[in-house]
Amino acid sequence: MKLNIAPQAYQNMQDHAESDYPKECCGFLYGQEEEIRQLQISRRVVNAREGDQRRRFQIDPKDYQEAEEYALIHDLDLLGVYHSHPDHPAVPSEHDREIAMPWFSYLIISVQDGNVTATRSWRLNERHEFGEEPIEITELLTDKPKT
Amino acid sequence: MATIIIPTPLRKYTAQKRRFETRENTLSGALEQLMEEHPQVRQNLLDDEGKVRSYIKLYIGDEEVNPDESRTFQLDENTEISIVPAIAGGYQSAEQPAEYSTG
Repeated sequence: MKLNIAPQAYQNMQDHAESDYPKECCGFLYGQEEEIRQLQISRRVVNAREGDQRRRFQIDPKDYQEAEEYALIHDLDLLGVYHSHPDHPAVPSEHDREIAMPWFSYLIISVQDGNVTATRSWRLNERHEFGEEPIEITELLTDKPKT
Repeated sequence: MATIIIPTPLRKYTAQKRRFETRENTLSGALEQLMEEHPQVRQNLLDDEGKVRSYIKLYIGDEEVNPDESRTFQLDENTEISIVPAIAGGYQSAEQPAEYSTG
Protein backbone atom coordinates (compact mmCIF):
# COMPACT_ATOMS: atom_id res chain seq x y z
CA MET A 1 0.00 0.00 0.00
CA LYS A 2 1.65 3.17 -1.23
CA LEU A 3 0.63 6.44 -2.86
CA ASN A 4 2.78 8.20 -5.45
CA ILE A 5 1.81 11.86 -5.88
CA ALA A 6 2.61 14.06 -8.88
CA PRO A 7 4.42 17.24 -7.74
CA GLN A 8 1.79 19.53 -9.30
CA ALA A 9 -1.07 17.74 -7.53
CA TYR A 10 0.85 17.88 -4.25
CA GLN A 11 1.59 21.59 -4.58
CA ASN A 12 -2.03 22.36 -5.38
CA MET A 13 -3.16 20.74 -2.12
CA GLN A 14 -0.48 22.52 -0.07
CA ASP A 15 -1.45 25.90 -1.54
CA HIS A 16 -5.13 25.20 -0.90
CA ALA A 17 -4.54 24.23 2.73
CA GLU A 18 -2.50 27.37 3.40
CA SER A 19 -4.84 29.77 1.58
CA ASP A 20 -7.91 28.48 3.45
CA TYR A 21 -6.19 28.53 6.87
CA PRO A 22 -7.53 28.72 9.58
CA LYS A 23 -10.47 26.96 7.96
CA GLU A 24 -10.36 23.37 6.84
CA CYS A 25 -10.09 22.87 3.10
CA CYS A 26 -11.05 19.79 1.10
CA GLY A 27 -10.84 18.29 -2.36
CA PHE A 28 -10.75 15.16 -4.47
CA LEU A 29 -7.87 12.95 -5.60
CA TYR A 30 -7.70 11.40 -9.07
CA GLY A 31 -5.30 9.11 -10.85
CA GLN A 32 -4.76 5.47 -11.62
CA GLU A 33 -5.19 2.47 -9.38
CA GLU A 34 -2.09 0.41 -10.03
CA GLU A 35 0.15 -1.73 -7.86
CA ILE A 36 1.30 1.58 -6.42
CA ARG A 37 -1.57 4.06 -6.45
CA GLN A 38 -0.77 6.98 -8.77
CA LEU A 39 -2.26 10.35 -7.77
CA GLN A 40 -2.14 12.56 -10.85
CA ILE A 41 -4.62 15.34 -10.09
CA SER A 42 -6.02 17.05 -7.00
CA ARG A 43 -9.13 19.18 -7.45
CA ARG A 44 -10.39 21.68 -4.92
CA VAL A 45 -13.97 21.61 -3.74
CA VAL A 46 -15.93 24.01 -1.54
CA ASN A 47 -16.13 23.17 2.15
CA ALA A 48 -19.92 22.97 2.47
CA ARG A 49 -19.92 22.70 6.25
CA GLU A 50 -22.29 25.27 7.76
CA GLY A 51 -20.97 27.27 10.69
CA ASP A 52 -17.44 26.98 12.05
CA GLN A 53 -15.17 25.46 9.38
CA ARG A 54 -12.00 25.49 11.50
CA ARG A 55 -12.60 21.97 12.81
CA ARG A 56 -14.92 20.38 10.30
CA PHE A 57 -15.39 19.95 6.59
CA GLN A 58 -18.19 18.57 4.49
CA ILE A 59 -18.54 17.93 0.77
CA ASP A 60 -21.90 18.54 -0.87
CA PRO A 61 -23.35 15.31 -2.30
CA LYS A 62 -23.82 17.10 -5.63
CA ASP A 63 -20.07 17.86 -5.68
CA TYR A 64 -19.39 14.20 -4.94
CA GLN A 65 -21.54 13.11 -7.88
CA GLU A 66 -19.74 15.63 -10.09
CA ALA A 67 -16.40 14.20 -8.94
CA GLU A 68 -17.46 10.69 -9.98
CA GLU A 69 -18.55 12.09 -13.34
CA TYR A 70 -15.23 13.91 -13.80
CA ALA A 71 -13.34 10.67 -13.19
CA LEU A 72 -15.50 8.81 -15.68
CA ILE A 73 -15.17 11.45 -18.41
CA HIS A 74 -11.38 11.71 -18.03
CA ASP A 75 -10.73 7.97 -17.68
CA LEU A 76 -9.36 8.44 -14.18
CA ASP A 77 -10.04 6.68 -10.89
CA LEU A 78 -11.50 8.72 -8.06
CA LEU A 79 -8.86 7.72 -5.52
CA GLY A 80 -9.96 9.61 -2.44
CA VAL A 81 -10.25 12.88 -0.61
CA TYR A 82 -7.90 15.38 0.96
CA HIS A 83 -8.57 17.82 3.78
CA SER A 84 -6.59 19.99 6.15
CA HIS A 85 -6.24 20.01 9.94
CA PRO A 86 -5.46 23.62 10.92
CA ASP A 87 -3.19 23.67 14.01
CA HIS A 88 -3.61 19.92 14.50
CA PRO A 89 -1.58 16.90 13.40
CA ALA A 90 -2.07 15.11 10.08
CA VAL A 91 -3.71 12.12 11.70
CA PRO A 92 -7.35 11.10 11.32
CA SER A 93 -9.77 12.07 14.05
CA GLU A 94 -12.31 9.61 15.42
CA HIS A 95 -14.93 11.53 13.46
CA ASP A 96 -12.88 11.05 10.27
CA ARG A 97 -12.74 7.32 10.90
CA GLU A 98 -16.39 6.78 11.77
CA ILE A 99 -17.68 8.03 8.45
CA ALA A 100 -14.79 7.02 6.21
CA MET A 101 -15.37 4.84 3.16
CA PRO A 102 -13.33 1.75 2.29
CA TRP A 103 -10.70 1.83 -0.46
CA PHE A 104 -10.40 5.64 -0.56
CA SER A 105 -7.14 7.38 0.32
CA TYR A 106 -7.72 10.03 3.00
CA LEU A 107 -4.91 12.54 2.69
CA ILE A 108 -4.59 14.95 5.63
CA ILE A 109 -2.53 18.15 5.62
CA SER A 110 -1.45 19.68 8.90
CA VAL A 111 -1.19 23.48 8.81
CA GLN A 112 0.48 25.24 11.74
CA ASP A 113 0.23 29.04 11.93
CA GLY A 114 -0.62 29.14 8.24
CA ASN A 115 2.20 26.92 7.00
CA VAL A 116 1.98 23.28 5.96
CA THR A 117 4.08 21.15 8.29
CA ALA A 118 3.05 17.59 7.41
CA THR A 119 1.07 15.61 4.83
CA ARG A 120 0.08 12.03 5.47
CA SER A 121 -2.32 9.58 3.85
CA TRP A 122 -4.56 6.95 5.44
CA ARG A 123 -6.71 4.06 4.29
CA LEU A 124 -9.23 1.91 6.13
CA ASN A 125 -8.50 -1.74 6.72
CA GLU A 126 -11.12 -4.49 6.91
CA ARG A 127 -11.65 -3.77 10.63
CA HIS A 128 -12.56 -0.17 9.76
CA GLU A 129 -9.33 1.14 11.30
CA PHE A 130 -7.01 3.56 9.57
CA GLY A 131 -3.57 2.43 8.49
CA GLU A 132 -1.00 4.87 7.19
CA GLU A 133 -0.35 4.79 3.46
CA PRO A 134 3.23 5.91 2.71
CA ILE A 135 3.44 8.71 0.17
CA GLU A 136 6.13 9.73 -2.28
CA ILE A 137 6.20 12.95 -4.29
CA THR A 138 7.48 11.91 -7.69
CA GLU A 139 6.99 12.29 -11.40
CA LEU A 140 4.56 9.53 -12.29
CA LEU A 141 5.32 6.75 -14.73
CA THR A 142 1.74 5.71 -15.36
CA ASP A 143 1.01 4.54 -18.89
CA LYS A 144 -2.22 6.53 -19.15
CA PRO A 145 -1.96 10.18 -20.20
CA LYS A 146 -2.65 13.01 -17.79
CA THR A 147 -5.74 15.00 -18.68
CA MET B 1 -34.55 -2.09 -16.01
CA ALA B 2 -33.72 0.34 -13.21
CA THR B 3 -30.05 1.01 -12.55
CA ILE B 4 -28.05 1.56 -9.36
CA ILE B 5 -24.89 3.65 -9.76
CA ILE B 6 -22.18 2.26 -7.48
CA PRO B 7 -19.74 4.82 -5.99
CA THR B 8 -16.03 4.16 -6.51
CA PRO B 9 -15.22 3.06 -2.92
CA LEU B 10 -17.82 0.28 -3.06
CA ARG B 11 -16.77 -1.09 -6.44
CA LYS B 12 -14.19 -3.32 -4.83
CA TYR B 13 -17.23 -5.26 -3.58
CA THR B 14 -19.06 -5.34 -6.95
CA ALA B 15 -16.24 -6.76 -9.09
CA GLN B 16 -15.55 -3.16 -10.26
CA LYS B 17 -19.03 -2.83 -11.72
CA ARG B 18 -20.16 0.81 -11.86
CA ARG B 19 -23.75 0.07 -12.83
CA PHE B 20 -26.04 -2.59 -11.37
CA GLU B 21 -29.22 -3.31 -13.30
CA THR B 22 -32.31 -4.66 -11.62
CA ARG B 23 -35.86 -5.67 -12.52
CA GLU B 24 -37.07 -5.03 -8.94
CA ASN B 25 -39.81 -2.43 -8.82
CA THR B 26 -39.17 -0.92 -5.38
CA LEU B 27 -36.07 0.85 -4.10
CA SER B 28 -35.70 -1.51 -1.14
CA GLY B 29 -36.03 -4.51 -3.46
CA ALA B 30 -33.34 -3.15 -5.75
CA LEU B 31 -30.93 -2.54 -2.87
CA GLU B 32 -31.63 -5.99 -1.45
CA GLN B 33 -30.87 -7.60 -4.80
CA LEU B 34 -27.60 -5.65 -5.02
CA MET B 35 -26.58 -6.86 -1.55
CA GLU B 36 -27.58 -10.45 -2.28
CA GLU B 37 -25.45 -10.56 -5.40
CA HIS B 38 -22.59 -8.64 -3.78
CA PRO B 39 -22.76 -9.51 -0.06
CA GLN B 40 -19.85 -7.32 1.05
CA VAL B 41 -21.80 -4.23 0.03
CA ARG B 42 -24.19 -4.86 2.92
CA GLN B 43 -21.84 -4.02 5.79
CA ASN B 44 -20.84 -0.77 4.09
CA LEU B 45 -24.35 0.27 3.14
CA LEU B 46 -26.31 -0.73 6.26
CA ASP B 47 -25.73 -0.19 9.97
CA ASP B 48 -26.17 -2.79 12.72
CA GLU B 49 -29.92 -2.15 12.74
CA GLY B 50 -30.23 -2.83 9.02
CA LYS B 51 -30.83 0.82 8.15
CA VAL B 52 -28.96 2.71 5.46
CA ARG B 53 -25.96 4.30 7.19
CA SER B 54 -26.42 7.96 8.07
CA TYR B 55 -23.49 9.02 5.90
CA ILE B 56 -24.81 7.23 2.81
CA LYS B 57 -27.29 9.19 0.72
CA LEU B 58 -29.59 7.82 -1.95
CA TYR B 59 -30.47 9.94 -4.96
CA ILE B 60 -32.87 9.39 -7.80
CA GLY B 61 -31.84 11.85 -10.44
CA ASP B 62 -31.18 15.08 -8.55
CA GLU B 63 -33.55 14.29 -5.70
CA GLU B 64 -32.41 12.81 -2.39
CA VAL B 65 -34.64 9.94 -1.29
CA ASN B 66 -35.48 9.15 2.33
CA PRO B 67 -34.27 5.55 2.86
CA ASP B 68 -37.20 4.98 5.26
CA GLU B 69 -39.51 5.31 2.25
CA SER B 70 -37.57 2.83 0.14
CA ARG B 71 -40.15 0.04 0.53
CA THR B 72 -42.84 2.09 -1.10
CA PHE B 73 -40.67 3.97 -3.57
CA GLN B 74 -41.56 2.65 -7.00
CA LEU B 75 -39.00 2.26 -9.77
CA ASP B 76 -39.55 2.16 -13.47
CA GLU B 77 -37.20 0.91 -16.16
CA ASN B 78 -35.55 4.30 -16.58
CA THR B 79 -34.96 5.01 -12.91
CA GLU B 80 -31.33 5.68 -12.02
CA ILE B 81 -30.46 5.39 -8.33
CA SER B 82 -27.17 6.83 -7.09
CA ILE B 83 -25.48 5.72 -3.86
CA VAL B 84 -23.60 8.80 -2.65
CA PRO B 85 -21.22 8.80 0.32
CA ALA B 86 -21.56 11.99 2.36
CA ILE B 87 -17.90 12.96 2.64
CA ALA B 88 -17.12 14.85 5.85
CA GLY B 89 -14.74 14.91 8.78
CA GLY B 90 -12.21 17.14 10.41
CA TYR B 91 -10.41 17.63 13.65
CA GLN B 92 -12.64 18.55 16.57
CA SER B 93 -10.32 19.95 19.20
CA ALA B 94 -11.99 18.20 22.11
CA GLU B 95 -11.75 14.73 20.65
CA GLN B 96 -9.12 12.06 20.52
CA PRO B 97 -7.38 10.92 17.35
CA ALA B 98 -8.77 7.73 15.86
CA GLU B 99 -6.94 4.49 16.51
CA TYR B 100 -4.54 3.95 13.69
CA SER B 101 -1.40 2.18 12.70
CA THR B 102 1.52 3.77 10.90
CA GLY B 103 3.11 2.58 7.69
